[in-house]
Amino acid sequence: MAALLEVKGLKAFYGQTQSLYDVGFDIPNGGITTLLGANGAGKTTTLRAICNMVRTEGAIRFDGKDIAGRATEEIVRLRVAHVPEGRGTFTTLTVDENLRVAAYTRRDKAAVQADLERVFGYFPRLKERLQQQAGTLSGGEQQMLAIARALMLKPRLMLLDEPSFGLAPLIVVEIFRILRRINEDEKVSILLVEQNAALALDLATHAYVLETGRVVMSGPSAVIKDDENVRKSYLGY
Amino acid sequence: MEQFIQQLASGLANGAIYACVALALVMIYVSTDHINFAQGEMAMFSTYISWQLMTWGLSFWVAFIAAVAFSFVLGVIIERAILRPLHNAPVLSIIVVFIGLLAICNSMAGAIWSYLIKEFPSPFPKSSFGIAGVIGPHQLGVVVVTLIVLGLLFVFFRYTPLGLAMRAAAQNPQMARLVGVRVDWMLALGWGLAASVGAVAGIMVAHIVYLDPNMMGGILLYAFASALVGGISNPGGAVLGGFIVGVLENMVAFAGNQIEKATGIYIIGNGEKLTVALIIVITVLTVKPAGLFGRVVVKRV
Amino acid sequence: MPAFPKKLLWVLLALAFLVPLLHPLFPDVVSGYRLFLVSTMIIAAIAVLGLNLLTGFNGQISLGHGAFYAVGAYTAAVLMDHLNMPYWATLPCAAVVCFIVGYLFGLPALKLEGHYLALATFALALAVPQILKYKWLEGMTGGVQGIVLNKPEVPFGLPLSEDQWLYYYCLIVMVVLYWAAANMLNSRSGRAMMAIRDQYMAADTMGIDTALYKTVTFGISAAYTGIAGALSASAIAFVAPDSFNIFLSIKFLIGLVVGGVGSLAGSVAGGIFYVLVDNSAQALSLFVRNDLGLPFDLSAYTVFGVLLIALMYLMPMGIVGGVYLAWRKLRGVRG
Repeated sequence: MAALLEVKGLKAFYGQTQSLYDVGFDIPNGGITTLLGANGAGKTTTLRAICNMVRTEGAIRFDGKDIAGRATEEIVRLRVAHVPEGRGTFTTLTVDENLRVAAYTRRDKAAVQADLERVFGYFPRLKERLQQQAGTLSGGEQQMLAIARALMLKPRLMLLDEPSFGLAPLIVVEIFRILRRINEDEKVSILLVEQNAALALDLATHAYVLETGRVVMSGPSAVIKDDENVRKSYLGY
Repeated sequence: MEQFIQQLASGLANGAIYACVALALVMIYVSTDHINFAQGEMAMFSTYISWQLMTWGLSFWVAFIAAVAFSFVLGVIIERAILRPLHNAPVLSIIVVFIGLLAICNSMAGAIWSYLIKEFPSPFPKSSFGIAGVIGPHQLGVVVVTLIVLGLLFVFFRYTPLGLAMRAAAQNPQMARLVGVRVDWMLALGWGLAASVGAVAGIMVAHIVYLDPNMMGGILLYAFASALVGGISNPGGAVLGGFIVGVLENMVAFAGNQIEKATGIYIIGNGEKLTVALIIVITVLTVKPAGLFGRVVVKRV
Repeated sequence: MPAFPKKLLWVLLALAFLVPLLHPLFPDVVSGYRLFLVSTMIIAAIAVLGLNLLTGFNGQISLGHGAFYAVGAYTAAVLMDHLNMPYWATLPCAAVVCFIVGYLFGLPALKLEGHYLALATFALALAVPQILKYKWLEGMTGGVQGIVLNKPEVPFGLPLSEDQWLYYYCLIVMVVLYWAAANMLNSRSGRAMMAIRDQYMAADTMGIDTALYKTVTFGISAAYTGIAGALSASAIAFVAPDSFNIFLSIKFLIGLVVGGVGSLAGSVAGGIFYVLVDNSAQALSLFVRNDLGLPFDLSAYTVFGVLLIALMYLMPMGIVGGVYLAWRKLRGVRG
């Protein structure tokens, strides 16, 4: 089966500083893939590069189409949903508005409403908070809202940046359970960036390890998990 | 007492104008962090367009709508053609560009229509409009029209998907892109709307202050004061600020008048209106930069 | 920002002093009116210099320097009119008054940055004519009518015409002020001023008293522009409130941007430039009407406006800065 997302020879720059050197990976359709690495290895930058939020060079193909250099919003409109680090929600908009803004170009109100209900199926808590400003939600709820909003884009690929960041362990477990359900029910492929390597390797089928802007290792999660270096560096035992 | 009520009413009418221009300023400010120093002159230019259309025989309201539509297009074009390429430029460059726009609008209006002061018609019938002894027909009309326009804008931003997308783009452009919002176009649209609201203000006020290329200078200063009083990042606050400042302006002059009558000492009157606005601007900026209804924005360094 | 080549400066200066002496040789070229025009250019240059000290070298944006120009002009006019003070003595008075006014305005300005300071000063510029008409000041300022003055008399029985003397008077003042500014910028204080512009936080943590420097710079800048205002009161022999409108401040901005933000020599060029365009407006208009056949007048402000916008795209360092850079590139100098 052809990969949904193919990345080859990806370089990325912040101003004069290069932070990715030759990153390459494939994301199979329908699977969950994770990017592991230490702080500053280039995980977040890789996600940003896919959506053209940093200056990049290299080939990025989504669903067979070359998307390198396209505007962020146009890439998103190909149904690539990016959930950024640090609970990216519109803090002054209500929960309802946060969800609806992702569907603002769609004319069919009934379909949008149906999508909302589908999303509430995963995140029933959001339904209770519908008219609340997003900024007043708890950290876990904001993360849920960010994922729910990504779902409103009916994504084929979801890019998740540190969904566990700063959250209580119980909430993290809940969110990861929901992510698995989303992957299975919606046939959404997921690219997950995560500090918590153990958690990520449990969820993902495939893993890539980044070091200083390069892919240094890749393989099925089970294999990566047993690698001694990975165990020492990222799993801590 | 009757005089007081008249002053209050005319303050509200002025306030409606300030509210419109202040809202236009705030709309651009919240989405781009820029203060459009040319907002007043753009509105003045639109007013001349409507005047020109009327002298060509169009009725007031047709000319009104055409001029507002023209302003929308002009606003969009200015954003796309002039400001977009400078979106990473230093603050001074942006300010200089706005001043350049101000100078162009003002001088072009003077060149095309001359600097002679012109009368501008009022569309509101004298007989059936207004309340005798309280508010004149035109003043009441101004309040009604601006309230309708502000109401329409409120509905647009609050209840339509496009309005929602514009708010999202203004609040967090990066994030808005990630939900597929075409942020650049939202900014241009915001500019268009701001120019339109400004045009409404210009066309409504022209009957009161007469039409000339410098007609909006003082009004712009008052709009700044209004926007600041309401909190420069708060559209609702700006509208409220407009009415507050409009009434305050008239009340200060009224009080000054009463004092002069009672004591014979002149302290303040109509001639100091701009000074009052200047004092409001500087006081709010230095004492309460977030305005009465604005949120305090903590600047990161 | 590049410094102006020193040799060239001396040559220009020598020329500037010699030119009026050519009057007997070329009475039509070096006419009294021309000299008067050049005097107004010099005055403009001083005003722009003042603005540049604040905006160009210290990074505080002012759209309201017309206000300080007005204060300077009125200080001079009132002193001459009411106290019969000699015209030359009004300059230091105007400087002191404007320094104080500028310093005081600089205090609230400390809290404002970028757009906000621009807004506050813009508001000031809009309100100036009205403040000058304030009833209580009418006895001094003459209200809407303004004050009519005498032109500076030629001193010591020098064999000069009024216009020639005015020219030398303005030129000497400018040379002194330019020299003072150049020295100040070269000193520790000058470097502190520029450090505040470039790296506010760093300057603050390095122990520079940023608040003091910013307010004093505001004062000095206002004093410079105020002296220009006082000179203009003498030169035109008239002050009236409505000539100090927002467009005066815009002209200073033109001078600043055209000459070069953060360039002393550029300020002079910028001042000369805006007076030149302002005075060519009529010729420009005739050109548009007759030669291009367009049915309207082209005002100087249209030129100014287009130029302001175009410069922000093409040469954000100003024409002088831009040309200087191009010249250095041509000669292969790097850095």
